[in-house]
Amino acid sequence: MPLETIIAGVMIASLVLYALLGGADYGGGVWDLFAFGRRAREQRALIAEAISPVWEANHVWLILVVVMLFTAFPPAFAAIATALHIPITLLLIGIVLRGTAFTFRTYDVQRDDVQRRWGLVFSIASIITPVLLGIVLGAIASGTIRVEDGMVTSGFFGSWLAPFPFAVGFFALALFAFLAAVYLTLETHNRELQEDFRLRAILSGVVVGILALTVFVLAEKGAPTVRAGISRTSWALALHFLTAVSATSAFYALWARKYRLARVCAAAQVTLILLGWAFAQYPHLVEPDIRIFSASAPRSTLQLLLGAVIAGAILLFPSYYYLFRIFKTQPQKSTKGAR
Amino acid sequence: MTDLLAARSQMAMSLAFHIIFAAIGIAMPLLMIIAEWKWLRTKDDIYLTLAKRWAKGTAILFAVGAVSGTVLSFELGLLWPTFMGYAGAIIGMPFSLEGFAFFTEAIFLGIYLYGWARVPPRAHLFAGAMVAVSGALSGIFVVIANAWMNAPRGFRIVDGKPVDIDPIAAMMNPAAFSQTLHMTLAAYAATGFVVAGIHAFMLLRDRQNRFHKAALAIALAVGGIASILQPLSGDLIAKRVARTQPVKLAALEGQFETQNRAPLRIGGIPDEEAGVTRYAIEIPYLLSILAHGSPKSFVLGLNEFPPDQRPPVAIVHIAFQIMVACGVAMMLIALWGALRFLWSIARNKAWLGSNWFLRVLVLAAPLGFIAIETGWVVTEVGRQPWIIFGVMRTSEAVTPMPGLIVPFITFTLLYILLAIATVWLLLRQVAASPQGTEADRKEARLAA
Repeated sequence: MPLETIIAGVMIASLVLYALLGGADYGGGVWDLFAFGRRAREQRALIAEAISPVWEANHVWLILVVVMLFTAFPPAFAAIATALHIPITLLLIGIVLRGTAFTFRTYDVQRDDVQRRWGLVFSIASIITPVLLGIVLGAIASGTIRVEDGMVTSGFFGSWLAPFPFAVGFFALALFAFLAAVYLTLETHNRELQEDFRLRAILSGVVVGILALTVFVLAEKGAPTVRAGISRTSWALALHFLTAVSATSAFYALWARKYRLARVCAAAQVTLILLGWAFAQYPHLVEPDIRIFSASAPRSTLQLLLGAVIAGAILLFPSYYYLFRIFKTQPQKSTKGAR
Repeated sequence: MTDLLAARSQMAMSLAFHIIFAAIGIAMPLLMIIAEWKWLRTKDDIYLTLAKRWAKGTAILFAVGAVSGTVLSFELGLLWPTFMGYAGAIIGMPFSLEGFAFFTEAIFLGIYLYGWARVPPRAHLFAGAMVAVSGALSGIFVVIANAWMNAPRGFRIVDGKPVDIDPIAAMMNPAAFSQTLHMTLAAYAATGFVVAGIHAFMLLRDRQNRFHKAALAIALAVGGIASILQPLSGDLIAKRVARTQPVKLAALEGQFETQNRAPLRIGGIPDEEAGVTRYAIEIPYLLSILAHGSPKSFVLGLNEFPPDQRPPVAIVHIAFQIMVACGVAMMLIALWGALRFLWSIARNKAWLGSNWFLRVLVLAAPLGFIAIETGWVVTEVGRQPWIIFGVMRTSEAVTPMPGLIVPFITFTLLYILLAIATVWLLLRQVAASPQGTEADRKEARLAA
């Protein structure tokens, strides 16, 4: 397999992990905003306890994608950062507000009005940020970012200010909320709380389905090449089939209260959606002008980067596993570590 | 404001903001694990309370540092896409390594902050040590990338494009060692002095508080040792700058004429039009000695370089003077503290017995961060008009995006708000001063 493809594969893998783990942390923020009823306070506490120890680490998957992008494919990074300057800037503001408000809430006065104020910033930023992330990815897939001689010629608005990228944005938000709700059913032994999040998972799963269809329909005009990729070839049909199977199984598992199975199916569903997009767009990094083979750094850089990725993986995965084993094998007892 | 100036301002503001949190993120974990290690050894609960209090502060500061660092990694492309398109393949490597180091840091910080009751004490201390080491490595990798901008190596230019790229050679550039050493020591020195200053302030109000005495001792030990070592790394940098960036050295010294037996100027105001630095105290021969090791050696002056290749002299010179003054003051205070400590052992007296010493520590608290900020001005403004020294001008690297004043103002306001919130939360933590009473000990043990 060409080195370029391997590095691009690692980037997609990081993006998938960001969606599965970091995405769910955003989803937690969504359910923080929509916490209601008698158990609203317990719901919020559960979400905070689930996110606190892991969100900083989960967030780093995105940084890895960015640094790998500019190390291995510098012209692609330059073009994306130029054409999508505005949505990326807004995305960054969202990331800053989400992260800081969440931490500030933990360490500020434990008084209801203060907590609610930080909580509001945290949860609204958790909603806006995934939408912007989806807009950025949608614009990259849309084929409207044009590049000539390394210069972006398609302007600063046209490629992302369109129905298709926004549909992808809301789709990403729905997926993250869905993932979070499914995971949260396993974070507690409290039956009522489990039921709360089971209901939220089913509802957001339906929204995911509706938005998936919307994205697919809008792609006909909004991202024709990628849509052609995911509708014709035989592997694409196989991926569609598997995605459909995982989505249906996730619904079944939620219905039957088999939460562990639901978690596996939901994660598989999100993974397959991202893989489908990646395969359909391959070998383009930015449709249609930047291909991974023409935009790549020289072999010397790619080889070193791959070496670093392997060494990093050997170091990171055991540590990451340790982190999750400590905090995620037993549902949270209500003990807050640092406060 | 031109778009170029707005882009430079936004980058400068983002870095000036982030560097504070980055430096604290490097040094605080070391202070925490020293306190925790002392707790494991002495079983004195005061050290456990201390480790936990410091950990709370670190958690707040780390979150701000993590998000402002994320902003910077994107801003490289948002503001300087031409630079990144050109240099990404050459210096992406240290950024990628930084990504992995930061990942390790975030994982083990999660374990450290929330794992008090979930992992055994030694594993907990180990997690803290991992945070300290990976935090220092993160900083080192980022500074290596900056050092490359000062001393670009590891490629050849053919038809205006970099070829024969060797990322290892780029990382091993001549500026890398001295710059990373200087920045890492600066992080420990600045953080140590701020923390020592805060506890000295609390101690002045409550002279017998054992908690603050223990805290002050650890913070001043770390900050003081780094401050005493720092002039050595500064000398390494000066010699390197003299070798590979003589125009920068001339700017930071306000040296317009090329001369041997060049004097070292203390203070002074450079007048770029007249080509002289006025009102400086001049120490004969010393610049020649410091830069090249001999009083007879020549120091190149600014006049050797065309005006369009000189950095703004006054800013660089004055920032440099402030940095050096802060550094010297910290070194002297650290030596004073060391003498007091030795004297107290000999005489069997309390080394924190002097109110004057504590007052000076309070006043010295911000010096390290003033030195860090002015030091970054020296290295960044001193490299102008280049983004890659001698290879690419900053004006060639900027994004074609118009209206850059809008994101500049937006991020400035956002960071001002964050700074206010952070300071407010930290003040709350500091104000809750433990008395080392039975109640405090109970609280610490319960949380453990």
